[in-house]
Amino acid sequence: MKPAPFEYLAPTSVGEAIAALQEFDGEAKILAGGQSLMPMLNMRLARPGLVVDLRRVADLDYIDERGGRLAIGAMTTKRTVERSAAVQTGQPLLHAATVSIGHPQIRNRGTVGGSMAQADPAAEYPAMAVALQATLKVVGPGGERTLDAEDFFVTYLTTALEPGEVLTELNVPVFDTKNGWGFSEIARRHGDFAMAGAAVTLTLDDSGCCAEPRIALFGVGATPVRPRTTEDSIRGQRPSEALCQAAGKQVSEEIDEPLSDVHASADYRRNLAGVMARRALADAMRRLGADIASTA
Amino acid sequence: MTALVQIQLTVNGTSHEAHVEPRTTLADFLRSQLALTGTHLGCEHGVCGICTILVDGRAVRSCLMLAVQADGSEIMTVEGLGGADGKLHPIQEAFIEEHGLQCGFCTPGFLIAIYELLKDNPSPDDAEILDVLGGQICRCTGYQSILRAVHSAAAKLGAAGA
Repeated sequence: MKPAPFEYLAPTSVGEAIAALQEFDGEAKILAGGQSLMPMLNMRLARPGLVVDLRRVADLDYIDERGGRLAIGAMTTKRTVERSAAVQTGQPLLHAATVSIGHPQIRNRGTVGGSMAQADPAAEYPAMAVALQATLKVVGPGGERTLDAEDFFVTYLTTALEPGEVLTELNVPVFDTKNGWGFSEIARRHGDFAMAGAAVTLTLDDSGCCAEPRIALFGVGATPVRPRTTEDSIRGQRPSEALCQAAGKQVSEEIDEPLSDVHASADYRRNLAGVMARRALADAMRRLGADIASTA
Repeated sequence: MTALVQIQLTVNGTSHEAHVEPRTTLADFLRSQLALTGTHLGCEHGVCGICTILVDGRAVRSCLMLAVQADGSEIMTVEGLGGADGKLHPIQEAFIEEHGLQCGFCTPGFLIAIYELLKDNPSPDDAEILDVLGGQICRCTGYQSILRAVHSAAAKLGAAGA
């Protein structure tokens, strides 16, 4: 038995969970799938006074198609997302990000809401959400609010969630053949956190030039990072291998100094960020019909 | 010590009622309170996969679950894999025949992870097997013999089911 002692509550409603969070005023932690919180408890990096387990809260496990978007309940597991036909056909970038997370044995427990609220800067889901312009539904004592993913991630392991709030839903657009996308990451071992990665979305305008390029990098900053100068220089250009190469180089130059740790130096991460962006961008262009070699 | 919580769960077909401290992991509960020491513990933070068990049909890390979270669940550990008469499961037989283990410390986790794989996908290809084996760490066998054991077990189970 490794965790420090804590009180335990498994409420049956979000309202009950919020009341408990308020009562413990910042000393409570929400337990969703436990694939991040449990290691932190086992290593005593987290010592909450109360653990609020959401497993008995009904209606947080769903994938619904609503008005051209997918609404996904916070307690939906990664395994459910990965096996959902609606996700496989409607949101392939979400699918690609999901199967890149850990291992099947981790995805069997890990949840959509857990990954978002954990906000690990090296994790796949926050970058995926930023690339997709996802929205997040949050319920608190004052009622419900909806946040853009880009405003949700504040810094390392820190979100815009207030201590009394519960994340209840992720909402992403449904893609069709006009939506290009790419997802690329690199880790020391299969299933590890990425040293760096990139999620890209792209559409083309009527003349076949790049419109609305979005690049979200992970593993290189405190939150998902958008290299906006690079995005600007892609916009209006015709898809090509040379454009991908130039964009990758520009990403490496543009980003702030990445984290340096035992897994990768800052310089290496800077280089990887450019390579991952280049590959994801090339995949996005290829999916939109551009003739680009797979080595781009 | 915090107040004990009452839980009820089914392990390898036997129903159990117990009182646990909230901080007790499911792995520790199985080993210490139910004396099911076939489930081994390695890293205790979700990386090595040695403690993998089946919870409601899904292979999960028992070190990354609290016993209280398993209230109402159906669990299978490595002790539930073979027959009550001591007969080994075809996956276990395949491990012996293909030398899928040396010291055996990691083997319970491998067996359960592979059990889930073959339940969902009776004839997986190498890539599908490696995706699952990637979540389990073995320090001595080398993974090729385990890969062969999975193929062999799939063939045995396929033949038994036909």
